[in-house]
Amino acid sequence: MTLYKGYEMVIGLEVHVELKTKTKIFCSCPTTFGAEPNTQCCPVCMGYPGTLPVLNKKVVEYAVKAGLATNCTIANYSKQDRKNYFYPDLPKAYQISQYDLPLCEHGHLDIETEEGSKRIGITRIHIEEDAGKLVHDDKHGTMIDCNRCGVPLIEIVSEPDIRSAEEAKAYLQKLRAIILYTGVSDCKMQEGSLRCDVNLSVRKAGTEKFGIRTEMKNLNSFQFIVKAIEYEYKRQVDALEAGEVITQETRRFDPATGKTYTMRSKENANDYRYFPDPDLPPIELTNAVIKALGDQIPELPDARKQAYMEKYGLTAYDGEVLTSDKALADYFEAAAATTKYQKLAANLLITEFMRLIEGESFVCPVSAKHLGELATLVGDDVINSSTAKKLIRDMFETDASPKALVEERGLAQINDEVLLGKLVAEAVAANPKSVADYKKGKLAAAKAIIGNVMSKTAGKGNPVIINRLLEAELQKQ
Amino acid sequence: MQDFTKMTLAEMSSALQAREISSAELTKAYIASIEKNEPRVGAYVSTDARHALDMAIAVDKRRAAGEALHALAGIPMAIKDNICTKGIRTTCASKMLADYIPPYNAHVVEQLEKAGYVMLGKLNMDEFAMGSTTENSAVKATHNPLDLTRVPGGSSGGSAAAVAALEAAYTLGSDTGGSIRQPAAFCGVVGMKPTYGTVSRYGLVAFASSLDQIGPLTRTVRDNATVLNAIAGHDGRDATSIDRDHGDFSAEIGKGVAGLRIGIPKEFFGEGIAPDVKEAVLNAAKRYEKMGAQLLEVSMPAIDHALAAYYVISSAEASSNLARFDGVRYGYRTEEFEDIAELYKKSRSEGFGAEVKRRIMLGTFALSSGYYDAYYKKALQVRALVRADYDRVLQQCDVILSPVAPTVAYKLGEKSQNPLEMYMGDAYSVPVNVAGIPALALPCGTGEGGMPVGLQLMGKPFSEALLYRVGAALEDDMGGASK
Repeated sequence: MTLYKGYEMVIGLEVHVELKTKTKIFCSCPTTFGAEPNTQCCPVCMGYPGTLPVLNKKVVEYAVKAGLATNCTIANYSKQDRKNYFYPDLPKAYQISQYDLPLCEHGHLDIETEEGSKRIGITRIHIEEDAGKLVHDDKHGTMIDCNRCGVPLIEIVSEPDIRSAEEAKAYLQKLRAIILYTGVSDCKMQEGSLRCDVNLSVRKAGTEKFGIRTEMKNLNSFQFIVKAIEYEYKRQVDALEAGEVITQETRRFDPATGKTYTMRSKENANDYRYFPDPDLPPIELTNAVIKALGDQIPELPDARKQAYMEKYGLTAYDGEVLTSDKALADYFEAAAATTKYQKLAANLLITEFMRLIEGESFVCPVSAKHLGELATLVGDDVINSSTAKKLIRDMFETDASPKALVEERGLAQINDEVLLGKLVAEAVAANPKSVADYKKGKLAAAKAIIGNVMSKTAGKGNPVIINRLLEAELQKQ
Repeated sequence: MQDFTKMTLAEMSSALQAREISSAELTKAYIASIEKNEPRVGAYVSTDARHALDMAIAVDKRRAAGEALHALAGIPMAIKDNICTKGIRTTCASKMLADYIPPYNAHVVEQLEKAGYVMLGKLNMDEFAMGSTTENSAVKATHNPLDLTRVPGGSSGGSAAAVAALEAAYTLGSDTGGSIRQPAAFCGVVGMKPTYGTVSRYGLVAFASSLDQIGPLTRTVRDNATVLNAIAGHDGRDATSIDRDHGDFSAEIGKGVAGLRIGIPKEFFGEGIAPDVKEAVLNAAKRYEKMGAQLLEVSMPAIDHALAAYYVISSAEASSNLARFDGVRYGYRTEEFEDIAELYKKSRSEGFGAEVKRRIMLGTFALSSGYYDAYYKKALQVRALVRADYDRVLQQCDVILSPVAPTVAYKLGEKSQNPLEMYMGDAYSVPVNVAGIPALALPCGTGEGGMPVGLQLMGKPFSEALLYRVGAALEDDMGGASK
């Protein structure tokens, strides 16, 4: 990782994840995304006079699962506090959150970097309610949609252990994968069920003192996060080098320009006057309850990755990619169960299939067993990899069985050494110039000869055999 | 015709059951009383005679059809205007909610609806329940029916005055620092602040969340127990509501006080208590002694700090609870503004009265960075000490006896310019809320100007039945309800 002007960046991430409980955190309104404005709210989540919050137990359960999945200590005793400030999307003029006694603390997750595995600390995870959404248009000005008021959130705060945009991205991908595995959120950045705020400061490499940090809020794609970090890092370094002092403030990222701009100064920010919410009793969890919740969590990404590496001989990188999405990992395992060429299946999946799949989460039109079938065909040398590539396109369209397609179209690879040997000898005889070039040292000239043999076999010749036979033939010359 | 409005609730219920009177007739009697008395007393913010009569007629129909009805069915009552009534204006006596119509009923209203109640209207109060005289109402001042030049007390001044003036058979009030008990004392009626968590706060516009409770105001102790039976009980919509079988609150009435230990704490009889109040209260204590109770002198040193703790805690919680009144979704919104900050500032400056603003500012300060530990946190610690004092004394005694307030009702305008002096008048009532225990206020004699003096009986959590028993004993001994 190269440093800019000798400074390193220090990053902490605050991630807000919407929990996919059926109903909101303090009332029984539904949490479904995309409804008509103000159709999923009630006097409680709209903060009408006389209403009171009642905690949805499932929210606590989901939060505990997220905490356990990230190696946190779960508090036996925690409480909810009021965070007081005025804003039109906050009906009660306070947000019920957790201040000094959060539900989860002292966790971590591991990411893969160029230098190997790195551990990123998680300071805390707490539960809180979401605010509404402000919508602006020229005709009406600013309008408030209260559907999102009271949707349950967990806020996951990382230690300032991240040192690059790539690490930030890896952390977010890993965190997202883990949360998806627990089933407590669908983590869709586009729908706002996963949001990331970036706290960034810089310091001369090798020094210990933290610089003044800025906060960048609501960056809604991994790509924007990376770009914003890169810009802000340079901006802060340039400012410091010019003798300026960094202002502690919130900045917004403009994807169009790739730059960050001042939003509001954190120095003049609110005193939130936190105090324990007197309407809510403390949250008390016994170790037995916590353990029971932990037992409900399925095998997590790192455990699965480890298993793939041990059982199938996959690389750490491939393991990381396949486990980054639970649906993807499930798919891979289903395919791996149908073939003895699991590593091949992984390669086909990662290099060929993934290219053809769009969207945030993994959805594949080819059934897992057909991927397994394809891997077996390649592994058994029935077809070569370029034939496999062609088949994949068709499989994506119709989910046809590759075995059936090979039979129908007679695509089986030609492994007959006698036949191939004959074709190789013919090609060598027909291309004296290429042979001569090869002898002179132009090893690439062999390609022309191979190409000739391939076209005679309509692309079905086994390239490995052809290569071997050709080499032997050329030695004879 | 017999004046049915002077009957107890039990007598009214019997009369209705025996068809001596219909609910419609009873309701008309109260409507007439309201028409007659309101110009002088001013207990009501709003009345709806037509609606009340409709409710009464519906109950009469059910009764005629032979349906078995609740003890309170068809009996006209009224509700303090900080308790949400669906479709009916609920103002909290504030400009901020002058036209506010709640989209739902409070839990207590739902309970009364199930009982077949008849509602005459909504009652005047100090704005957002902050005050001790009802003079802080943005609507009007209420006058004490026993002496129209005097205050009825607060903040449930309208609730007490309406009962005293026979403008309602019973009323609901709310009590955060004495707001049921003190007006009950000033107007010579009975008021109960139940144990915190006994009556659901769902639908009560919050003042101080950890102190507020809804309770009944009635002419007699037995009536009060009847109403509490109807409104108490667990409500899943209030997370501070206790899940407990309360039993029948009137079950112990009539058992007398022989053998009971009554504590007389010296801190409640110190400096500041008016001699007439002291005399009337101690005379009541002597009556108890004559009836066979044992009087014990006790000391509760933390009580001296309860008032300060109360004002810090209640103001802090209020500053947060009232922040939602911002002119955006409901309530008063200023007419002209350039941006959101101005909308907030002007709506709240114009919508709130002086006392409300005073407490919001005090509360905000007590919670603010750098002051939280010295004020709010400290007040919570004092709270624990107050609770401990009560726990200790209530091991030695069954109930604790004291005055409700240091004086009888004073003149309108007398204390309204001096907030601190007015706060001092809460010194005997606030410790009860701070500790979360129940307390009953009932008349025990008269004082200066012939005004009623209120006796306060305090007990362990969930000891309302015992308080009613002890209160009823005095009421019976003194010849029944006043008037």
